[in-house]
Amino acid sequence: MRYRPGQEVRVAARPHVGHHRTPAYLKGKTGTVMRVHPSFLNPESRANGKDGLPKQPLYFVSFQQSDIWPEYRGDPADRLYVDVFEHWLDDAG
Amino acid sequence: MERAVHDRGGWPTDAPIDRSEHELDDWEILMDSLLGALEKRSAVNVDEFRRGIESMSPSAYEAATYYERWLYSVETILTEKGVLTPGELDARLAK
Repeated sequence: MRYRPGQEVRVAARPHVGHHRTPAYLKGKTGTVMRVHPSFLNPESRANGKDGLPKQPLYFVSFQQSDIWPEYRGDPADRLYVDVFEHWLDDAG
Repeated sequence: MERAVHDRGGWPTDAPIDRSEHELDDWEILMDSLLGALEKRSAVNVDEFRRGIESMSPSAYEAATYYERWLYSVETILTEKGVLTPGELDARLAK
């Protein structure tokens, strides 16, 4: 796997045709890897009748709420945790 | 960024969130078990199922209830795979 806990990563801003698990509000946002999950069958190819191989590493990534929502009025320390597949992440460190 | 109708985290709206509960109809409970059975027999996987829902037109998606979206997807995917023929469900229901 490409990333380790503590690394800064940016979610790719590319659009996607078909099924994927990366929500629009995260695209282009930078977060911190908190944990590396096991790898899973790739839902993007599996959604189209393929076997989903090779498996994709999944990361538990922490984002600052105020980075995601420009008008966020909560505590500046609030964070959002999202599982993101490796092929949607780029090195931001 | 352009987004599909289902991808609505942070979607701007002034409408209050409807938190009301409702009793499930029998067909909704059947729909739930039908998908479980189809997944168990590898007839449909969860990613195909989600793609089926996400392929709904925005207007159909907005108009449909939760389990109506399930039904739409299962019919779409099973028809795509040749398990159902196009219009087969409608024809059977009309009998």
